[in-house]
Amino acid sequence: MSQIEFKNVRHAYPPAKGQAPVYALKEVSQIWNDGGAYALLGPSGCGKTTLLNIISGLLTPSEGSILFDGSEVTRLPTAERHIAQVFQFPVVYDTMTVYDNLAFPLRNRGVAEARVTQRVTEIAEMLDLSDRLQQRAAGLTADGKQKISLGRGLVREDVNAILFDEPLTVIDPHLKWQLRSKLKELHQRIGMTMIYVTHDQVEALTFADKVVVMYDGGVVQVGTPVELFNRPKHTFVGYFIGSPGMNVLPCTLDQGQPVFANNRLDSGYAVASDLAGKLEIGIRPEFVSFSDDGIPVAIEKVEDLGRYQVVTVRHEAEQIKMVVGEDQAIPAQSPKISFAADNLLLYQDDWAVETEHA
Amino acid sequence: MRKTTNQKAWWLVTPVLLLVAFNAFIPLMTVVNYAFQETFGNNQFFWEGTTWFEKVLRSERFHDALGRQMLFTSMILVIEVPLGIAVALSMPRKGPWVSVCLVLMALPLLIPWNVVGAMWNIFALPDIGLLGYSLNSMGFDYNFTRQPVSAWMTTVVMDVWHWTSLVVLLCYAGLCSIPDAYYQAAHIDGASPWAVFRYIQLPKMKRVLTIAILLRFMDSFMIYTEPFVLTGGGPGNTTTFLSIDLVKIALGQFDLGPAAAMSLIYFLVVLLICWVFYTVMMRNEEQ
Amino acid sequence: MAIELRNVSLRIGAETHIYETNLSLQPGQFNILLGTTLSGKTSLMRLMAGLEKPTSGELWMNGEAVTGIPVQKRSVAMVYQAFINYPSFSVYDNIASPLKVAGLPKDEIDARVQQFADLLQLTPMLHRLPDELSGGQQQRTALARALVKGADLVLLDEPLANLDYKLREELRDELPKMFADSGATVVYATSEPLEALMLGGYTATLNEGRVVQFGETSSIYRQPDSLEAARVFSDPPINTATIEKRGNSAYLNDSVSWTVPAQLASMPDGRYSIGLRPHHLLPDGEGVKVGGEVQIAEISGSESIMRVNIEGNNWVSEAHGIHSFEFGEHRSFFFDSKRCLYFDSNDKLVETQV
Repeated sequence: MSQIEFKNVRHAYPPAKGQAPVYALKEVSQIWNDGGAYALLGPSGCGKTTLLNIISGLLTPSEGSILFDGSEVTRLPTAERHIAQVFQFPVVYDTMTVYDNLAFPLRNRGVAEARVTQRVTEIAEMLDLSDRLQQRAAGLTADGKQKISLGRGLVREDVNAILFDEPLTVIDPHLKWQLRSKLKELHQRIGMTMIYVTHDQVEALTFADKVVVMYDGGVVQVGTPVELFNRPKHTFVGYFIGSPGMNVLPCTLDQGQPVFANNRLDSGYAVASDLAGKLEIGIRPEFVSFSDDGIPVAIEKVEDLGRYQVVTVRHEAEQIKMVVGEDQAIPAQSPKISFAADNLLLYQDDWAVETEHA
Repeated sequence: MRKTTNQKAWWLVTPVLLLVAFNAFIPLMTVVNYAFQETFGNNQFFWEGTTWFEKVLRSERFHDALGRQMLFTSMILVIEVPLGIAVALSMPRKGPWVSVCLVLMALPLLIPWNVVGAMWNIFALPDIGLLGYSLNSMGFDYNFTRQPVSAWMTTVVMDVWHWTSLVVLLCYAGLCSIPDAYYQAAHIDGASPWAVFRYIQLPKMKRVLTIAILLRFMDSFMIYTEPFVLTGGGPGNTTTFLSIDLVKIALGQFDLGPAAAMSLIYFLVVLLICWVFYTVMMRNEEQ
Repeated sequence: MAIELRNVSLRIGAETHIYETNLSLQPGQFNILLGTTLSGKTSLMRLMAGLEKPTSGELWMNGEAVTGIPVQKRSVAMVYQAFINYPSFSVYDNIASPLKVAGLPKDEIDARVQQFADLLQLTPMLHRLPDELSGGQQQRTALARALVKGADLVLLDEPLANLDYKLREELRDELPKMFADSGATVVYATSEPLEALMLGGYTATLNEGRVVQFGETSSIYRQPDSLEAARVFSDPPINTATIEKRGNSAYLNDSVSWTVPAQLASMPDGRYSIGLRPHHLLPDGEGVKVGGEVQIAEISGSESIMRVNIEGNNWVSEAHGIHSFEFGEHRSFFFDSKRCLYFDSNDKLVETQV
């Protein structure tokens, strides 16, 4: 096990003649701590798979270097990096039994058969595969196969990190949470560095201690689930995390206080009034509420989602979503809304402005 | 699959059914007709029962031809299948060379059988053919019209040249359908190239290989045109395979009864071997 | 269009896909078929489309029996989970294809394609091929093709299942708007209860080839008439347990009890089942207190979903905000007993609303 470090890594696929290179991965400098559970979260095409392939060595970045425990591995092939990977579609050796599948990476490395038996038994126990060791791997269900793929990484004692590339894609929705909890439990038991790539926020936030949110080829924020929810550093993070996503509304400044559609907002902080560029406020639907006095709105739509209601309101050209309790009445007469001051964020050109909340 | 609610589409199959009837079923029935009867022309038939079958099955000539046929087919399969797999494995999977390789591979398949026979006949002639002349000038005593070994070698090499491409193309299609993740996983597991072949490529090629072996078995077991044009079944009877022998009996000697009985036996042998092979392969699959 | 299934069943070989079903859809509305894989959603749609002939029973549309009429002669459009477009046609030609088949004049085709391309935000990519589009745009193209026909019945079979999380959220928001003016009866199959709630309209809950309940979406969510209906319409799964009812008290075990509503109190004593929605079981608050061991806390961004073992039952607690717990942690959970649904020994709902 080891710490993984990215130093100014960038990657561009070979450009067409006479064109500037397009970076599939913009510059990333990042330290992945030993034993951490990380998630790479982003929509398709955001560069997260490129990043994963650079870690595993399937792709050599066009610039920058990768260090494992301080030693350079940028140009080392996959096999020499001691990385295990679980792919989107389960990869098992069809003709082998479950036991032989798990033993395969050890036998390839010339581990003594007694040790192989010991490791395989141990790992099969952890993955609840013990009673199926003598079955043909091809006969297992998708979740069983995915456990085997994971097991082939776990049996090895020389693994630096385990990478997961959307591993739950083919798993039946009703079984997903069981595999998620298994992964989490395994991480707590063996403390191996794990990096999990997904476009699904539930998977990322559940699995990881630290989530790396990617957007358009770059890393926009690295943080704990709470940080990503409460203090998104980029409007994209606010939109992408949480459902419904954060409301982002244009604003101006007046004496360091945000003003939205001629309503001076109480934010409990003041920023320099001379901020230039595109200014916006960000407020999560959870922190918008009906009030006696505030911004007048028109109600467009009320969705009853059972556990709560999502109300879409409009103030002039701006649409605002709000989350309202399941039993709470929606005001019929000239509704007004207000924003919770503690959770009112300010963005300049899509990036959060540092503010001191009380 | 789901049942269709509209049955009218079945009528569209009628032309094919008619064609098959004229093409296969009616000729087959004629053969059956000849196999159990004796005729001296004038459409007069006499019932012979299983006489012709017994005669064929006891004849040494049939045993020899069947033996030669078995040997030839075994040699073809033993050479073409591994060679085909090897060529398919060494072909590029991506890039501009893919189509070049595919076209090169498909070329021999496009040449008509009798042309292949004629090409190799001229190519291998000991006095003027490039192959025959070169071999002789290198000191090998080579003459496929007189030496049985040379005749066999030439026939086998010709078939390998003509048909290995088919195995290659089928295997290549099978290889291309293996997702990259399998190779990456094997790489990560530290698998040797042999292990990758044994545990990933071979199992994933199994279905297409089954089809390739079946096709090559049937084709080589029924081979006629190429050896007929190349050697005419000689020298002596050394390259007289089943179908060549059959034609000799039917058209050369005009023994219609034994020839018909022999064709039926021939047909049943092919059917039986194919069925056994296919069943065994598919049973493994289910396990 | 009014569409009605009368005693319809579907058997294929020895397998029964749909047991005898009576269902009358709401014309001009979103009708959602909610159920897990193999619950019979797709079979029901194929029956409605005319791709499948019922083994027994009849299908009525607008007061006419249409049971044997093939799909080409019905005014039906269908969109599938996979993005199905003509790969060699541009987006424009894809959308125009049903109109060309119908033999409409060129300028009318043009006008209608433009109209629906606008509605589905496809105008900038009308001349691209489907392969050059993102998954969301491909599915919009398929939706536009279904809409442009002006079919009376539109069948959508899990159309968003293959899309990214956020895209799904956006399209879900837009879908009801797209169909609002078309007047078509929309049938929408989904396996996600939340999707049904977001789309609103009417919902039929399906389980193992049977329609369990049909009604207005939010009302059947709140008042499932059986335990089965409650289970189908709950994600995460609804918490269930057996209770012992004595007089006007319910006992989960010797130490956990609460007072039951009047309607239940007047019923005979004995065993009943309760159903409690995950968002009514909270890690803090007041009400009935139960002890549990946390197995995992899943976080969806705005909510946390805790799988807990409570008094021997595998329960789920869903709370707003982010709550992190250690694996195996013991702690208390709370619920308001008024939120409980009660089911009798036949698993039928005991009406407790005042």
